[in-house]
Amino acid sequence: MSFLDIQGLSLKAGATEILRDVSLQLERGQVLGLIGESGAGKSTLALAAIGFLKPGLTIAGGKVSLDGIDLVAASPDELSKLRQSKVAYVAQSAAAAFNPFYRLGHQVTELRALRDGIGGSERRQLAAELFARLQLPEPDRFGLKYPHQVSGGQLQRAMIAMALLNNPELIVFDEPTTALDVTTQVEVLKVIRQVIAAEGCSAIYVSHDIAVVSQVCDRIVVVRNGVMVEANETRRIIDSPQTDYARALVASRSTSDFNRETSDTQILIEGRGLDLGYGSVRIVENVDITVGRSEIVALVGESGSGKTTVARAIAGLLVPRRGSVTLSGIRLAASVDDRNDDQRRRIQFIHQLPDVALNPRQTVRAVLARPLVKFMGLSGADLEERLRGLMAEVELPAALLDRYPGALSGGQKQRVYIARCLAAEPDILICDEVTSALDPLVEESILSLLWHLNQDKGLGMLFITHNLGVTRRFTDRVVIMERGRIVESGTTKAIFAAPGEEYTKRLMLAEPSTRAGWLDERIASGD
Amino acid sequence: MTGKINLSLILSSGTLALFVVLALFAPLAAPYSPTEVLTNPYATPSVDHWLGADTLGRDLLSRSIYGLRYTLGISLFVTVVACAIGVTLAILAAVRRGWIDVLIGRTVDAIMAIPQIIFALIVLAVAGVSLKTLVGTMIVLETTLFFRILRASAGDIAVMDFIEVARLRGETLRWYIFREILPNLAPTLIAEFGLRFAFASLFISALSFLGVGIQPPDADLGGLVRENALAISAGKVAPLFPAIAIAMIAVSTNGIVDFLIRKYSVRGELQA
Repeated sequence: MSFLDIQGLSLKAGATEILRDVSLQLERGQVLGLIGESGAGKSTLALAAIGFLKPGLTIAGGKVSLDGIDLVAASPDELSKLRQSKVAYVAQSAAAAFNPFYRLGHQVTELRALRDGIGGSERRQLAAELFARLQLPEPDRFGLKYPHQVSGGQLQRAMIAMALLNNPELIVFDEPTTALDVTTQVEVLKVIRQVIAAEGCSAIYVSHDIAVVSQVCDRIVVVRNGVMVEANETRRIIDSPQTDYARALVASRSTSDFNRETSDTQILIEGRGLDLGYGSVRIVENVDITVGRSEIVALVGESGSGKTTVARAIAGLLVPRRGSVTLSGIRLAASVDDRNDDQRRRIQFIHQLPDVALNPRQTVRAVLARPLVKFMGLSGADLEERLRGLMAEVELPAALLDRYPGALSGGQKQRVYIARCLAAEPDILICDEVTSALDPLVEESILSLLWHLNQDKGLGMLFITHNLGVTRRFTDRVVIMERGRIVESGTTKAIFAAPGEEYTKRLMLAEPSTRAGWLDERIASGD
Repeated sequence: MTGKINLSLILSSGTLALFVVLALFAPLAAPYSPTEVLTNPYATPSVDHWLGADTLGRDLLSRSIYGLRYTLGISLFVTVVACAIGVTLAILAAVRRGWIDVLIGRTVDAIMAIPQIIFALIVLAVAGVSLKTLVGTMIVLETTLFFRILRASAGDIAVMDFIEVARLRGETLRWYIFREILPNLAPTLIAEFGLRFAFASLFISALSFLGVGIQPPDADLGGLVRENALAISAGKVAPLFPAIAIAMIAVSTNGIVDFLIRKYSVRGELQA
């Protein structure tokens, strides 16, 4: 019998089926990848494997057994004993999972203090050992820090340390790198790989990024709408996926280029000598940036490099300390409040998260109608016609016009948001990480929508991203930022063919790939 | 929804509706004139005088019905005006921030630092007791409470990206208030409005009980309790009736508010 054996598992939330008839096995020492879109049920499945159901879920049928223990029949006491000794869970956002009030060393060793009553010096020593195993800096002193005093990558590693505390036989990693940028992601992935190898434990790795999963896992299970679509060894899935859905997932990482042909170089918007900051903190120093008509310019960098800050200054949301922004050669007021309606209309800004950028109490119709009324002066039948036209442009059914954002999917919300920007008939779109919160297939469809808009309407775009794969395929020119300065810029082709700066190279190498051995190379190179 | 919630809703709205109808049609509903001496002081309830008579022998039921007019009318007026001012100031402060926020916020803090009843007593003592002063003072005090709670909620909403989108579009303050922020404040607002209405009715009753509210021969419910308060030591029931009416207003308002909050938050979940 397998170490973990799930047979015909079905879960329900009320009357809704969350998982349907899922069967999978995991042997000791194996790593299983669960991949699928958000809401596919992959986290739910991974948690069920360690005997945990989110509140409101009920088992509608099937069996879960771990090391011969029947988890469905187990009492709460037995489950809690199991969780203290055999299994561990690493959550997606370490920043949200740690209590900001306690020192890391204290939190990481809490379970042993509760279970075995160890205290004081023994706890400190234990914490130091764990931190050393995860290659955290100054392991003896690291435990004295509070969560806010360490970086995102270090915090995620501290959480993995906590998982190792009870020498588990099975670790569930629930999207452990999704919230991190590429360079930090590599740092954490390396540690995960080394830890699994050193401990010899089994693991379930949940992610929507097929490249990441392919680097860490022996086997991959593809989940969609609560059903197992495909399960096979990693290389088989990557090299010869059997189902359409798996094929699309694999392809999303390697899709060929959008056919970029830069023609027009007439400068549309220009930021010159921008010095930006909040309060006494200086974030961006002396940045020059231009976007031409029908040109897509990528602004790339790690989180905290200042790329969003630059975009906000161009949009007039942040008043620069020094420097100016011009639109078609005319200098703009520093604050959007002082610009005129026509200038506001011509520059449209797309936020990262449509969830908070659409008012939850306004229907799609109200959202789209406002710019049409304010900027275009439409009303009555003209307004209605244009509303339907906009929905068609972003490939949404007109029936959605009377829905509230809460009743739309993530991709639909982003489309509504794009439609709102289009309503103003802008010259330039500032896209702030518009696809990073989306699943790969949805990301692909949004990119292709933006690309068509760029081709058909000659829209210029400032495309802020930390995803170099998208940058390479989608943009004409790249500007690379590190700690508030531009380190390198040039045409996308030239930069990707021959990156000039160390930082650029590091970013490129950190971009996950489905290629066999990519992570091993990263570990070997030691950067 | 369970049956229990509906029962409390039916009782609450029934009570309040009855009170409102009585208050609106007081001249028709009251069996006698509220100011005419008709029988012995503190006459016990009888077929002719359902609630008995007050300290001067006036019909207590008629006086209570007219008293409802004052209590409900003033509470409602004060709450509506205070709510409108409080919401506007709260959203203005949350959107504009800077010195406007500080100015309004600190002024409100200063007023709130003084206990409500003391503040009202001082103002009424200095300016003299009149209906205008009374209502004005209550509006100022209630506005501070509306502002305090709505400023916090509006602050949470004002940092959302969709507010930034409105700013990018160059919207006016009116638009911010009515289209972007107010709809999102609705659940808080409904709860707060009901609560403040209940407290306003208690407040006006308390002021009248202390003798600085509605002046004789007119009386609101609090005034009626005051007039007849001495009777309680003689074992008479007269002051209990208006006191019970005050309590019923407060309790049934809360019953309705509870229902609305639940209904609204369930709808909110479906939408969100």
